[in-house]
Amino acid sequence: MSAALTIEGLRVSIGGHDVLHGVDLSLEAGRVHGLAGESGSGKTMTGLAVLGLLPHGSRSSGRIEFGGRDLLEMPARELNEVRGAKIAMVFQDPSTSLHPMLTVGRQLTEHMRHHLRLGRNEARERAAGLLAKVRIPGPEEALKRYPHQFSGGMRQRIAIAVALACEPEVLIADEPTTALDVTVQAGILRLLRGLCDDLGLAVLLVTHDLGVMSAVADEVSVMKDGLVVETGTRGQVLREPRHPYTRSLLDALPVPPGENSP
Amino acid sequence: MTMPLTGPLLSVEDLVVEHRTPGRPVVRAVAGASLRVAAGEVVGLVGESGCGKSTLARAVCGLHGTASGRILVGGHPVTPLGLRRRDPALSGVQMVFQDPYSSLNPRRRVGTQIADGLRTAGDTATSPADLLERVGLPRAFAGRYPHEFSGGQRQRVAIARALAARPSLLIGDEPISALDASAQAQVARLMRDLAVESGAGLLFISHDLSVVRLIADRIAVMYLGKVVETGPTAEVWADPRHPYTRALLAAIPSPDGAGVLPAELPGDVPDPADPPAGCRFHPRCPFAMDVCREREPDFGPVACWLHQPEPSTLS
Repeated sequence: MSAALTIEGLRVSIGGHDVLHGVDLSLEAGRVHGLAGESGSGKTMTGLAVLGLLPHGSRSSGRIEFGGRDLLEMPARELNEVRGAKIAMVFQDPSTSLHPMLTVGRQLTEHMRHHLRLGRNEARERAAGLLAKVRIPGPEEALKRYPHQFSGGMRQRIAIAVALACEPEVLIADEPTTALDVTVQAGILRLLRGLCDDLGLAVLLVTHDLGVMSAVADEVSVMKDGLVVETGTRGQVLREPRHPYTRSLLDALPVPPGENSP
Repeated sequence: MTMPLTGPLLSVEDLVVEHRTPGRPVVRAVAGASLRVAAGEVVGLVGESGCGKSTLARAVCGLHGTASGRILVGGHPVTPLGLRRRDPALSGVQMVFQDPYSSLNPRRRVGTQIADGLRTAGDTATSPADLLERVGLPRAFAGRYPHEFSGGQRQRVAIARALAARPSLLIGDEPISALDASAQAQVARLMRDLAVESGAGLLFISHDLSVVRLIADRIAVMYLGKVVETGPTAEVWADPRHPYTRALLAAIPSPDGAGVLPAELPGDVPDPADPPAGCRFHPRCPFAMDVCREREPDFGPVACWLHQPEPSTLS
């Protein structure tokens, strides 16, 4: 299978400080690629670089290839056509990533109408369908409600629906379950995995939780200090890590692998 | 400082705490919860968000009035915190809050904030720098302001401030959830070590079960305002008896590389303003029976009709 998105030698520096020192990653359609590492290792920066959302004053070099083009070289106007439409992102905290004063319907239809040039009614119909897809009960009524009227898990489902609205090819999920309870997390992980399988999405899952990684990722990359130190299949990286850093991450887990019950 | 103890250090009996908002139905955040913490014991209180864990902790501290039930700390009933000086017997209850970005005063040096705690305990021998050292920060940091610290360091300062008052009962209300993953286990271990070392009890509230497992001697599982299961950590972990505890533990993904999706607990936590009749867990419970829909299981240590104690042991 060909790669949906390839990152080659990505370097990012912010204010003269190097945060990424040449990251190589490749995402494939229908596969979840997990990106693990401690905080400050550059996981989130990698995700943001793909969407051109790096903070002001940052410099990036290398290559992010998507659909035969380099996203880093793309003019802002064309990049706007890609992000939100072809590449979408889900953020960590659904209570801050959704606009508190706009209805869910408005947030779900705005970018659809812009990117896909849909009419108001058509967009609304699609939005209701999307909410049903992420299993929000009563999608028609939910469109009229505001984010604060939903629980944390439901809000994250809505955020995922917002990301999926324009049928993207690549989804970047930055710690999508960190702010949620374990029981809710289980539902979101199942949803992500299902969407990836059904829609053939290429998912980049950024998380520090190796348990989450083990549950949904097909390939796992481990980052340390702005570098990918190990990439491999889930089973290989988590069971027979080659790099000492991966080993130390696994050893630092509060619950050693294989001891979890029931 | 040290009180003559008869029975447990903290005993919460049938506690009910209500949130009243004008124009809205009364929300029973804690609806008849019972809990005990002994001196030198670490009790982990776990449950989903919105189940009343934090409200229970705030009530124990006197930060929230109670509707009914009793809270005793070292035999003294806890009264709501007022404007006047607190009963010295109760200053042994100290709390570490969830968010170290808002629980420290940004305009005062951390040393002076820690000194407040020392003054409460009437301690003139210890200096704030000594306490900073105990929580693993350099002594010279006493002259700094909170904004000069990272999240993990701030939480250490908050712990130092709580310890300065020589607590007999330390309460941590989600003290690690605002911290980075790498700092979480460290800070949790630090709290445990310092509490056990000084002979104080620790009530550690968290929704992160893996950390609670690491540090707690006993676990109490809360669901919708009630404690549904209590027991020694290892026992509860190896053999969870309440269906809710089972669901909670089954939802933790295991980092074994097998690619197994964790089990999902269907449904949402019901609205605490309108709890379901009978057992509060029955709408989501896979084993719900007729009796569960009608009568509430009000016994321990496992509040479930599947685990009803023998009539002889029911007091």
